[in-house]
Amino acid sequence: MRKYIINSIFLLSVVAIIVSCQNQETIDLQNYMSNGKDIYKAKCQNCHGENGEGLGQLAPPLTDSVFLKSNKKRLACIIRNGTDEKMTIHGKEYQEKMPGFPELADIDVAQVMVFVTNSFGNNQGFVPYSQVSTQLQNCK
Amino acid sequence: MNKLISSIAVCMLSITLFSSCQQEKKLPFYGERHAETVRDAAGVEKIDTVYQTIPNWSFLNQDSVITTNNVTDGKVYVADFFFTSCTTICPTMHRNLMTVYNEFKTNPDVMFVSHTIDFKYDKPSALKKYAKKLGVDGPKWQFLYGSKDSVYTLAEKNYLVAVGEDSTAKDGYIHQGYLVLVDKDRRIRGAYDGTKEEQVEQLKKDIPVLLAEYKK
Repeated sequence: MRKYIINSIFLLSVVAIIVSCQNQETIDLQNYMSNGKDIYKAKCQNCHGENGEGLGQLAPPLTDSVFLKSNKKRLACIIRNGTDEKMTIHGKEYQEKMPGFPELADIDVAQVMVFVTNSFGNNQGFVPYSQVSTQLQNCK
Repeated sequence: MNKLISSIAVCMLSITLFSSCQQEKKLPFYGERHAETVRDAAGVEKIDTVYQTIPNWSFLNQDSVITTNNVTDGKVYVADFFFTSCTTICPTMHRNLMTVYNEFKTNPDVMFVSHTIDFKYDKPSALKKYAKKLGVDGPKWQFLYGSKDSVYTLAEKNYLVAVGEDSTAKDGYIHQGYLVLVDKDRRIRGAYDGTKEEQVEQLKKDIPVLLAEYKK
């Protein structure tokens, strides 16, 4: 009987360890998402809105997943340096100046970018900080 | 037994007293006030409270037309101070004010007035572009341009909203995000933080209360 109990406890703990062991990328993603959300609230939400809905024709929405996907490599640079180029988002034209956020460190840019590209109906997955850092060094 | 009856009576009495005391809700008056002796229609002297009022003003609106207090006279209106290149609180303020605008769009007794504090860049053409892109068309919401002196004095002395140039601020200006509610007699009756949704909701509730004051 005693052997039986010990065995079952052992088995249970093995199962628990396996279940609780997520892979590193999932943990990183969750980490980026929660920090990115705070940065979004502080820096982006004013114009782009709580749900990424944008503001009239002054600020484009962040819900155009096709646009975000095809411009994936430029997003980090836009966040850091701002832009005033004309963009077509959801078939509507936008041309207003977006300010840059030079005060954001590379890791902040990575986190807020991961947050945006995995919220508001977007689902692009994780981008590690090292990759964003390289992109930021090669901004035009 | 007597005690019971008398306590019930006291209860009833207090209930009637309280319910009869209920006043109609009225909004407060902001700013300075003083007492003045005035003569009423019958020529009898009496003392009355005089509240702070918004003085006459004249600015260019988003259509480059000289616009004066004539457009808001006899109306309840919401005033605020902003500038078009502001990236901090203004977008949120106007996002929230838009919801108020949409709610009272069809009410001819309600108006909206936004003063720019960027006297260098926000000429009427810039204001027009801004209004259009925000989704505002027509005279119900006026975007006004004026000299630094006239706008800043109006803001600080009359609407009690702090504004200023600040070279250390990201966009070059600092200001408070109040939406100021003014009644038909140009008195300030409310100030709501335009960046806070719950205060803007309160504004939506207070406008009908203020309009009701004039319906008697």
